[in-house]
Amino acid sequence: MCLGVPGKVLEVDGLVAIVDFWGLRRPILLDSVDQPVSPGDYILNHVGFAIRRIPPEEIGETLLLYEQLLRESGEDMMAADVRSEIRATGGEGGP
Amino acid sequence: MTTLCPRPSATPLKFRDPAKARAMARSLARLTRQIGRAPVSVMHVCGSHEQAIAKFGLRASFPKDLNVIMGPGCPVCVTDVPEVDEAVVLATRGVRIATYGDMVKVPGTVRSLADAQAEGARVHVVYSVAQAVELARETDDEVVFFASGFETTAVATAAVVLRGLPRNFSILSAHKYIPPVMEIVAEMPEGRVEGFLAAGHAATITGWGIFERFVERHRIPVVVAGFEPLDILAGLVKLLEVIHDGRPRVENMYPRCVTREGNLRAQEQLWKVFRPVGGRWRGIAHVPNGNLRLRDEWAGVDARRRFHIDVTGLWDSSPSALVQECICGDIMAGIASPTDCALYGSECLPETPVGACMVSSEGTCKIWHQYGGHPDLGGAP
Repeated sequence: MCLGVPGKVLEVDGLVAIVDFWGLRRPILLDSVDQPVSPGDYILNHVGFAIRRIPPEEIGETLLLYEQLLRESGEDMMAADVRSEIRATGGEGGP
Repeated sequence: MTTLCPRPSATPLKFRDPAKARAMARSLARLTRQIGRAPVSVMHVCGSHEQAIAKFGLRASFPKDLNVIMGPGCPVCVTDVPEVDEAVVLATRGVRIATYGDMVKVPGTVRSLADAQAEGARVHVVYSVAQAVELARETDDEVVFFASGFETTAVATAAVVLRGLPRNFSILSAHKYIPPVMEIVAEMPEGRVEGFLAAGHAATITGWGIFERFVERHRIPVVVAGFEPLDILAGLVKLLEVIHDGRPRVENMYPRCVTREGNLRAQEQLWKVFRPVGGRWRGIAHVPNGNLRLRDEWAGVDARRRFHIDVTGLWDSSPSALVQECICGDIMAGIASPTDCALYGSECLPETPVGACMVSSEGTCKIWHQYGGHPDLGGAP
């Protein structure tokens, strides 16, 4: 899916970042992001890769949609896609 | 288009700013009237847009003469039958196939990967191509990643290729490239699409500038929009404004994620690994430059060149009579709705899909089946 999911960068080690998605910490690869990423930044994750660093002033608005979706039950399709994207990480296997 | 009652799972309208949403709905009604053609048809090319439109019941706030159509925006759905056949043949030969979840159920000529799996083939669902690479590192078996997705997803595949792959890993690319299929839709004789809403996150990679040539050539405007309900409404208002003023151009209504030049690093990775070639999109047409295939430099990790994949054995069987009634192609081309299909909601259900559009969470039929496609929530402005 092309929605992607935003998360907050906690640590950066070379081309791997540990990113927090609503309490779930996952490794995300930084190979394809075009701006420097540091702890505290928000990135947009798509299938385990950061594709964009989200400008700080845009974070609140970006997170709103996801927060509403994540309150939905497991049967909601769009929410399920967002949860899959969160599990789509840099290789350690999804829960 | 038939009006459906919302299914019980459809979410009531929840806008973070209902007053703003109502104002935009009024603008849509006013602009549609001012354009004065009925209906005004615009197309988006993104499963996530359709999910948000259906889930938040946005069609209930559109004027009745505004037709917002989902085009070929579901990469799983447009994966062509022979591409699925290639994966099925490899799986039945003992190769481990890793792929994104929805690809498992997409029908080939006679079988899907799920059918092959039921017969003993090893098929692994992964969330990321990086997980498929990990799988290959843990085994000596040949692992083929059956890669689907548009350019946004192809970037991830390109990135793992450039990182270096284990010897037993290769890629069967069914990646597709969206800009060329917009040309096909614009040129269709049944064509009535007056504007395109482009998907924000694909444009994050390609940049909005990529649509400028399309607009010049076809005189059809393109507006890049985000995924939040208000983002989509704002994108549609802008698109109708541009249609109304008669000066076709590209407008970026998602500046928080999309720039004119896009993500240059990701584009470099994408084009270093892939080249665009012509090929069929399921049910739609041959799309010049619509398929992404591995460049010759990467022949060693191209499953099509590593294995001799002979799918002709599958062609002796013909698809079931039901499959021949499926109108997925017309739905993805925007000339029919799921409710125009005799199979929709009866023989074709998410649990027992006949066509690819009912398989994927980005497919129009599955989205409409979950949320209701055109819910009449009452009290539309």
